Amino acid sequence: QGKFTLLRDTRTDGSFLVHHFLSFYLRAGCKVCFLALLQSFSHYNIVAQKLGVSLAAARERGQLVFLEGLKSCLDLLFGEETEEEQTGQPSPLQFISESASNLKALFDFVQTSLTPTSGDSWKGPVLLVDDLSVLLSLGAAPVAVLDFIHYCRVAVCSQLKGNIVVLVHSNEDSEDEENELVVNSLCHHSDLILWVEGLATGFCKDVHGEIKIIKRVSLELRAEQDHVQIYQYKIQDKNVTFFARGLSAAVL
Amino acid sequence: LVFTEEDKYGLYSHLLFKYFLAEGVVCGHDLFVASAKEHPDNILKELPAPLLDDTYRNELGEEATAVKSNDFQDSMKIAWRYQNLPKMEASPTSTKFGHYYDVSKTMSPELFQSTKWHSFYLPEELSSQPKMKSCNMNSAYIRLLQSIQRIIYQEGFDGSDPQKKQKTILRIGIQSLGSMLWGDDICSSETPEDTHSLTKFLYVLRGLLRKSLSACIITLPAHLIQNKAIMERVTNLSDTVVGLESFIGSERETNPLYKDYHGLVHVHQIPRLNSLICDVSDTKDLAFRLKRKQFTIERLHLPPDLSDTVSRASKQDLAESAKLLSSGCGAMAIGKKHLDF
Repeated sequence: QGKFTLLRDTRTDGSFLVHHFLSFYLRAGCKVCFLALLQSFSHYNIVAQKLGVSLAAARERGQLVFLEGLKSCLDLLFGEETEEEQTGQPSPLQFISESASNLKALFDFVQTSLTPTSGDSWKGPVLLVDDLSVLLSLGAAPVAVLDFIHYCRVAVCSQLKGNIVVLVHSNEDSEDEENELVVNSLCHHSDLILWVEGLATGFCKDVHGEIKIIKRVSLELRAEQDHVQIYQYKIQDKNVTFFARGLSAAVL
Repeated sequence: LVFTEEDKYGLYSHLLFKYFLAEGVVCGHDLFVASAKEHPDNILKELPAPLLDDTYRNELGEEATAVKSNDFQDSMKIAWRYQNLPKMEASPTSTKFGHYYDVSKTMSPELFQSTKWHSFYLPEELSSQPKMKSCNMNSAYIRLLQSIQRIIYQEGFDGSDPQKKQKTILRIGIQSLGSMLWGDDICSSETPEDTHSLTKFLYVLRGLLRKSLSACIITLPAHLIQNKAIMERVTNLSDTVVGLESFIGSERETNPLYKDYHGLVHVHQIPRLNSLICDVSDTKDLAFRLKRKQFTIERLHLPPDLSDTVSRASKQDLAESAKLLSSGCGAMAIGKKHLDF
């Protein structure tokens, strides 16, 4: 409860973790607010069906609040009537058209979707973001993004006792300083970091990458070091298999 | 959203761009061509002619049988372990996917007549007023987005109008995006005024593509962009990213390793849509060559290191270049100038 998990990928695509967490939390009966900034709803729906969860059904019964970033952006820019007139609420991605780099509308959206209403019987709220680096591409300043995450933590983790899972991209020798700033700052504040990396030796058919699981025990003021576990993985159509380093099925 | 990083002189990426459009014509798709450099009419006049299936198959068939009969009886003596591996096919013989084109001929006007195409030539469009809500984007990009959105809406590619049911897709080709001709200065200075125009444009374009029946190819002079952060963001926003590196004017032109080829193809990213995994091919080393009639992309294979008279220096060069191949088998042996025994 009240945990902030950071999903970080380097040289590979960590979105399989996002699909996992989405289906995991929906199966557990939590209310999920999913900010899908980079892909369409049908993409997540199809993958979730392979994992055994129906997103459309979850959305209908109110368990899933799905913000389809691409669609929302199009409505904002090309829509004839503003969303304010339609729903009485400003568009969550308003910062794209405004000059002020302010993610407040997005935060309001998150807060209203996760605040429990009288008829709700879901277990803890969860905020899922895929992925945060896109906000920087759309013109938000790194400080604005960090502020947004901070506000979300206060609202979701502390007040509502929910969890947050965020995906970011990073590269080791990246020249994108703003992105690295955001990623490093989030790393320091996370309770759990799942760092997915492509293999350093290059591409391999049987081992798609390596995942480092870092439990930030050092944040709990117990004078302990962080626990780090490293596994390698291979992604299949409906499943991901994890194994210890060097013990891939192809080798054994 | 297919993204192509242009090679230095834009020759080969332009060719790829024309292939994309020509494929659209042959398949009966609608086209949308946007450029700031060249009038789309001229681009469309230069599309390569498609090869009719029969003649090409015959040619290929002859070649293939000739090759087979020659070395069918040769058995390998030294590298006999490799004999069991399937012969590598340099050219696909019977694929039904896509068409082949003859680069030396242009497409005949009759074939082209039935295609519905739309164009966007920036110098002509600058006079019109943008109707889109302002979003701090470069005005050329705003106009282009508006034009694309209008076509998608009017022709019914987004399914919003139940009466205009589209049976085909819209192929969008945008040439040399991000160059100075579009009014963006990311190619000319390291700290451009507006770092977000291109990425915002791509995001909105991605939204339009996802919402409609369309596919898009964009070429971009990546070698000119000084701010590498923008390229990283662009890669994240695209589905497929392919880079073309031509050997013209670089030291690799004379490198014996690459003597058969005109350039390398770097596949930086492939789409991972609607599934957990993506279809990653076995090899990541691809090279292209432009023969008189054909533009082929094949696996890069090292020429056999046969001669004894090759000097030690160039042997080291070969080994150094071989290191660059990302074959996933870690470090390859480094050829030293003086052998230590």
